Amino acid sequence: MADEANPVLEARGIVKIFGQHRALDGVDFAVRPGEVHALLGENGAGKSTLIKILTGAYQPDGGEIMLDGAPVRFTDPLNAQGAGIGTVYQEVNLLPNRSVAENLFLGRQPTRFGLVQRKAIVSQAAALMATYGLDIDVRAELGSYSVAVQQIVAIARAVELSGKVLVLDEPTASLDRNEVDKLFDVVAKLKARGLGIIFITHFLDQVFALADRVTILRNGQLIGTRDLSQLTATEVVRMMLGKDLAYGHSALPVAEAAKGPVKVTFSGLGHAGRMAPFTLSLHEGEVVGVAGLLGSGRTEMARLMFGVDTADEGEITVSGKPVKIRNPAQAVMAGFGFCPEDRKLDGIFGELSVRENIIIALQAKLGWFRALHRDEQDEIAGRYADDLDIRAANHDMPVKLLSGGNQQKVILARWLANDPTFLILDEPTRGIDVGAHAEIVRTINRLREDGLALLVISSELDEVVAYSNRVVVMRDRQMVAELHGADITPAVIVGAIADNSIPTEAQV
Amino acid sequence: MNRAFRPLLATTAIFVLAYIAAVLQYPSMLSTRVLGNFLTDNAFLGIAAVGMTFVIISGGIDLSVGAVIGFSTVMIATLIMWAGLHPFVAFAITLVVSAGFGAVMGAAIHYLKVPSFIVTLAGMFLARGGASVLSPDSIGIKHEVYTTISRSYILLPGGGRLTVIAMIMLTVFVVGIVLAHRTRFGSYVYALGGNETSAALMGVPVARTTILVYTLSSTLAGIAGIVFSLYTSAGYSLSALGVELDAIAAVVIGGTLLTGGYGFVAGTFIGVMLQGLVQTYIVFDGTLSSWWTKIVIGGLLFMFILLQRLVFSASTPRKKAFRKS
Repeated sequence: MADEANPVLEARGIVKIFGQHRALDGVDFAVRPGEVHALLGENGAGKSTLIKILTGAYQPDGGEIMLDGAPVRFTDPLNAQGAGIGTVYQEVNLLPNRSVAENLFLGRQPTRFGLVQRKAIVSQAAALMATYGLDIDVRAELGSYSVAVQQIVAIARAVELSGKVLVLDEPTASLDRNEVDKLFDVVAKLKARGLGIIFITHFLDQVFALADRVTILRNGQLIGTRDLSQLTATEVVRMMLGKDLAYGHSALPVAEAAKGPVKVTFSGLGHAGRMAPFTLSLHEGEVVGVAGLLGSGRTEMARLMFGVDTADEGEITVSGKPVKIRNPAQAVMAGFGFCPEDRKLDGIFGELSVRENIIIALQAKLGWFRALHRDEQDEIAGRYADDLDIRAANHDMPVKLLSGGNQQKVILARWLANDPTFLILDEPTRGIDVGAHAEIVRTINRLREDGLALLVISSELDEVVAYSNRVVVMRDRQMVAELHGADITPAVIVGAIADNSIPTEAQV
Repeated sequence: MNRAFRPLLATTAIFVLAYIAAVLQYPSMLSTRVLGNFLTDNAFLGIAAVGMTFVIISGGIDLSVGAVIGFSTVMIATLIMWAGLHPFVAFAITLVVSAGFGAVMGAAIHYLKVPSFIVTLAGMFLARGGASVLSPDSIGIKHEVYTTISRSYILLPGGGRLTVIAMIMLTVFVVGIVLAHRTRFGSYVYALGGNETSAALMGVPVARTTILVYTLSSTLAGIAGIVFSLYTSAGYSLSALGVELDAIAAVVIGGTLLTGGYGFVAGTFIGVMLQGLVQTYIVFDGTLSSWWTKIVIGGLLFMFILLQRLVFSASTPRKKAFRKS
């Protein structure tokens, strides 16, 4: 790799502001020809915002973009593509209903007398696919091929049309191991051809296997750009999660002894291809923290527990009695509650009032014919709103007008009104301003003291440490470690997340 | 074998079997006369259905087709009988007006981001209302061009007649097939129906294609109106009521996916012929109410929607693994 090579695409001091939120704050980024440059960061770190600016989907509020040393301004993705920057997304943005050949040539089909020359397209497409090591029938529908083949077709189209920089946005998220290898061969060939490749992924082992350099973002800030040959996986995870290990932590670990009898047991629960079977018991008055990088299977685990995805193996027992959970309604009947990660998408009903949002799950449990009386609704909503200190002008205002922290508490109140035995919180502090974090953590601790069993998924390791009796660590859709007592420190958790994620040691 | 072909094959097989069954019962149905009448009687429907095929493949719907046909017949009749224009001049004006009408609807659909269902529903009321304002009564058209055209035909072996309007329909189908499968415009229409976001990212001119699709549909409805006026020698504001629904039925029976992205113009031809076959059978039978046509079409439509579900969703596309190279 030529260290001194001039970057083909460079971004300097990029700023992007959404409302009052600085999604990117003075970020520098450069990719050289013939290198694979990984871009890492947790959700909300600003990766996708940066990519959207580099590919013309967003306009930066500050900073400049240089292509081959000259400043450029992309009005839209097509414009960027024409200038030489092609993008391949995780969700293949091609046409599954058309043939491979047509997907490769759409918009630039050779024509004669206005008629498309199909034979020429088919032979050229077949030749093009052969250069990528694919011997496929290019006349077949794109949708009839596996995602991996579709990815390679998308890459081929992007390279044909642009040819300077290739952006791969989580291309491997839905591929199996062989397919990933195949894709990596293709990327290696393109790298040898001198393309600058930007690679975004959540899989650290793939970063080490493929990339030359890495740029890490956190909370819209540039943490650093490093040569991967000088980094260990632990250092990368530390940069991503931002834990200063030397500083340590002062919060007292939650005592492990103070918990009741086993409340819920998941034994051997799993879903082929999504989640390796895991076994976990939760006690009354216990918080189990779940740590792991994005895409490690944290959310998948919660979805299996709550019946959003149906487990294809394993058993669930509540208070010693086996229960069947095949959908969320059954989970609610079993006394489960689930506060999902994306509140706006999966949690709140923005147009409905605070009161309606709180009583909706309780009403669902009661059924259609036992409508809660308005006075009862007011009473229940009022009680939990006070308990959780939900700050709303009144309980009939739409939830969407509340702050993120208060919205989160409304969802919490909804499940508490249901008198649950087991509550799953997925990233309860995401998207909430920092001041409100401590309040959510206090609430979690209080619920624990009240005897609830809680499973809390979080990327904020300081917080996980502050409320967890136990911490389980996820990696590659498996539960890889369970930490107790003195082991519950950010340093140990980071080590467990990073462990073994250095290349080649196949774990699947 | 492309799975999109399966509904088309099913339609063709059903048409052939139904025709054989009809011929076994009424042997006289096997004649070029009956076939010629099939084509003539359904010419306006077939022409409108070609436009509808493009609209549905692009992921939209056009409810204004029947009303535009009705409006066109009235406009032609008034231009010829009241304004004294030569029929060919009247035809040209009508086509320009209907094309413009479609372009405006397409532009509204694209730029205002209103569902095509609503825009073309508005278009339907506008065209039907406009036709009634021009003339609420039927206007007979008497002109030597009309007499000449309705007397011209090619005699088929066996005594059947291939009329001018049947030939117009066949030409429209051939042009439609070439347009759909052999031009960039055709591939853009399929692209829009497959995934509009992807299509836009791949450089498909979404605005132009959307406008052209509805322009095409309305222009073909205008041609269908011309054919309808030749067929009936009259212009009437309430003619071709509900033809848009017959056209949608023909398109879906012909194997085009109602959600867009898949379909064949040739399939629509079979869909139209299948409707013609059912009507002819009922005429031959003589005892059945003509409303039985609707019942049979309803049954067929339901069956084909079921079939498409089976082909397109229940059986997810086979995954092809990498071949060892």
